[in-house]
Amino acid sequence: MIQKFDTIEKEALEALEKEQNNDIPQIYVGCATCGNATGAQSVVQTIKNKLKKEDFKAEIKEVGCIGMCFAEVLVDVIKPGQPRVSYHGVTPEIAEEIVESYVINDDHRPDLALGYFGEGGPEDVERIDAGDVFKNQQRVILKNCGVIDPENINEYIARGGYRGLAEALEMKQEDIIGVLKDSGLRGRGGAGFPAGRKWESCLKPQADQKYVICNADEGDPGAFMDRSVLEGDPHSVIEGMIIAGYTIGSSKGYFYVRAEYPLAIKRLRRAIAQAKEKNLLGENILGTGFNFELEIFQGAGAFVCGESTALVMSIEGNRGWPKPLPRPRTTEEGLWGKPTLLNNVKTFSVVPQILSKGAEWFRGIGTEGSPGTAVFALTGKINRSGLIEVPMGIELDKIIHEIGGGILDDRKFKAVQTGGPSGGCLPEDKLHLSVDFDTLLEAGSMMGSGGMVVIDETTCMVDVARYFLDFTFEESCGQCVPCRQGTQQMLEVLNDICEGRGREGDIEHLLELGDAIIKGSICGLGQTAPNPVLSTIQYFQDEYEAHIKDHTCPALVCKNLIVYHIDEEKCTACGRCRKACPVEAISGEKKVPHKIDQELCTKCGICFQECPERFSAVERLTGKENLAAAARGRLTDV
Amino acid sequence: MYKVTINGLDVEVEQGATVFEAAEKAGIYIPTLCYHPDLPTFGGCRVCMVEADGKIVTACRAPVTDGMVVKTDTEEVRKVRLTNVELILASHHKDCQSCSRNNTCKLQEVSAFVGINQDRMRQIRRSVEPVKPDDSNPFFHRDFTRCILCGICIRTCQEINGVAAIDFAFRGFHTKVSVLGDKPLKDSQCESCGECLVRCPTGALYLAEPAVAEREVESVCTYCGVGCGIKLGVRGDRVIKVEGNRDNQVNRGDLCVKGRFGFGFINHPDRLTKPLIKKDGIFVKTSWDEALDFIVDKMSDIKARHGADSLGGISSARCTNEENYLFQKLFRAMGTNNVDHCARL
Repeated sequence: MIQKFDTIEKEALEALEKEQNNDIPQIYVGCATCGNATGAQSVVQTIKNKLKKEDFKAEIKEVGCIGMCFAEVLVDVIKPGQPRVSYHGVTPEIAEEIVESYVINDDHRPDLALGYFGEGGPEDVERIDAGDVFKNQQRVILKNCGVIDPENINEYIARGGYRGLAEALEMKQEDIIGVLKDSGLRGRGGAGFPAGRKWESCLKPQADQKYVICNADEGDPGAFMDRSVLEGDPHSVIEGMIIAGYTIGSSKGYFYVRAEYPLAIKRLRRAIAQAKEKNLLGENILGTGFNFELEIFQGAGAFVCGESTALVMSIEGNRGWPKPLPRPRTTEEGLWGKPTLLNNVKTFSVVPQILSKGAEWFRGIGTEGSPGTAVFALTGKINRSGLIEVPMGIELDKIIHEIGGGILDDRKFKAVQTGGPSGGCLPEDKLHLSVDFDTLLEAGSMMGSGGMVVIDETTCMVDVARYFLDFTFEESCGQCVPCRQGTQQMLEVLNDICEGRGREGDIEHLLELGDAIIKGSICGLGQTAPNPVLSTIQYFQDEYEAHIKDHTCPALVCKNLIVYHIDEEKCTACGRCRKACPVEAISGEKKVPHKIDQELCTKCGICFQECPERFSAVERLTGKENLAAAARGRLTDV
Repeated sequence: MYKVTINGLDVEVEQGATVFEAAEKAGIYIPTLCYHPDLPTFGGCRVCMVEADGKIVTACRAPVTDGMVVKTDTEEVRKVRLTNVELILASHHKDCQSCSRNNTCKLQEVSAFVGINQDRMRQIRRSVEPVKPDDSNPFFHRDFTRCILCGICIRTCQEINGVAAIDFAFRGFHTKVSVLGDKPLKDSQCESCGECLVRCPTGALYLAEPAVAEREVESVCTYCGVGCGIKLGVRGDRVIKVEGNRDNQVNRGDLCVKGRFGFGFINHPDRLTKPLIKKDGIFVKTSWDEALDFIVDKMSDIKARHGADSLGGISSARCTNEENYLFQKLFRAMGTNNVDHCARL
């Protein structure tokens, strides 16, 4: 069947050659959800119109996300014989300029360009792939994202796609599992269970039907790794699933994708149809007699359905509740009671590469215990947010300060949160830690599926814990007492602390609750829900104490614990704050320093933002004394 | 048989038994709220946690293994259990005095066992949403502020009565037991059999007219031919409630809506205690002898004048099979096949 695939590959290359004219400029527009949300579609339209108007021929390609979210909308131009020049923050107006100056003429517009990829670019712009963003990255799972047109299977095949499948179909099932085991691949959903062992335990049981499920119910706040892979490189996941189907002896696979990912679903549908057309999916794949069908199941938005047993319940049409232990493993009794292999999007998508490049290649990346790469959605108070892929074992510091470009506005770093609502916050003295499954877990956080939120000095750690707890509280399924009642209790306590009603003993109360929730909950959601609270107490207990004992929010965030005040000596009576105040709480006139009526003030902070930096007369005060003075209407006494 | 050691006591149990069953056999108390012997396990209350071979497990679901060592009273177990019960109490109605299940409540029993103390409870933030009870059903009502979401009512409705009128609805802290569309109970598939009411561990489900009987009298339900065993709760000369008799082999305690709630006729003033004969257009009380003579005369007369097929008999579903058999025999002896039964109408 390798010959059969060779023919398919040849046809794909020929088709590509016919479709694409490399003698004319190629224009790539990042059209994943991130790009579209920033206006990529109108940029595409503008470019098309402009080219038509000028009667100039160029190829426009809507590609997935390359990960530089901070620079959206991204438009890349490759002219024949030239390297790829990348433009950032493109609006329809800028797009017209780029077409005019660079696509049609030869001015590469260093003022608009972000840089170029490859060698031999113009000297007055930066080489991106050698710069801070990419030099520390290693793109394995994301290698095609933002590079190929995800709606064209030929492009995927041209970059080595489906060769892994063709090779797998010539292998014995045990041998495929052997390669996976040798590669040391661990599941990318967050827990890091060895993939080879999981596949093996699904191969063993005899059953008339087995299922393969791809878990694309990505739900952590701020995490969008799986979405980007599905939007940017859907075929890699499909290929991985077909290989999985062949290996464990399954003829049916499901994509469990959340309904909030319409573009991912659309691209998957198209990719499935294309793969079927080429006989890479469906009946008698590549003439081997192996049949495999794929169906998309849209999740209705419950976070807990990312838990394997709840996900299975959901596909079965039941309430998405995890099954309590003891219960058979999903690999033995999963969907409809049949052996079921469930892996994350990224796990499936890397399998084809492991099979075609070999276990040794994969082991060569990352660390001994966690080979391969990690994909992170890097967000928060950071200069360059986006989707990154780094070899396991890289230091946290490198991610934040080199790839991420450091903290916004040169503020001070305070903590980094990994693992989403199940993970924890690590402080500055943990930045030397290496990013892998085991190290992060040991430090009180976790890899999770790949959310990484950077926190600076203007963020209150109690408030951060409250934010994540609010998420798990809302997403708890309600089945077991510790999670249903416990997250609510923790949230109430955190609300109290943030709002100045914290009581002595609350920290111990939170620790005790956390312990009981971790030990008592049915599933992973509850068992990890207290982590954001426990890790912030572990590393930032002083902030909790300041809130409880002194009614002080050191980061000046918690509204109930701060008051806004105008320093009479600094105030020049410019009147900006008075005019901007939405509730008319500020009094004063020309040459008379202004004053805030604390009873009217809603603490929206607009006056603080409005006061010109050179005056900095509006200040935020916190602490028992200031709050009491404000309540008496005599803040100036303090 | 498996040998299990619980708190140092050896006990032998069947393979497949749970830790809870083993403890029960050994006479060791394990607190639980969502477990019910009639029903499949749920594992949601997390109050029956014990240490089995060093791991914390739910006793109601964990199967025993041979040689297993179970400890039901380690410090870790006590802590997890205590916190769980405290958390349940945090959103539970505070006033036990006004509850119909005061002193027979499972939550009270478990709270006392785990050692709820007011000092610790002061640290707990209470939040009970003031929701009006659902009093749409004439026989029993639902008080959501006393519900602990053990799911016993739901499993009962599904497994015992096979109706599945109720299920969990909403999510997380907002979870509640609800009928389809969160409507009042009366607008649902509920057959008001009251099996859920009987098994509710707290006062979340309670009789519309709570009644504490003075004594119990065993009897058989007169509604139909099944012959369910019942226990009449009696106060003075009046029947004030009916419960199923769990020792009765016919129904093992289960009852339907009529048997459980339809006992008002017993002491009803409209109930006929003597036969009536219409005289001059008015029903007049009479003796059984006179009434039966009257019937025999009339039927013989009709048969003589119009033939046996002019007669017909309709029997009642409240008769037993034997009575129904005799009834059709009687009419056939009279020469007619015109026999029918109210259950067929």
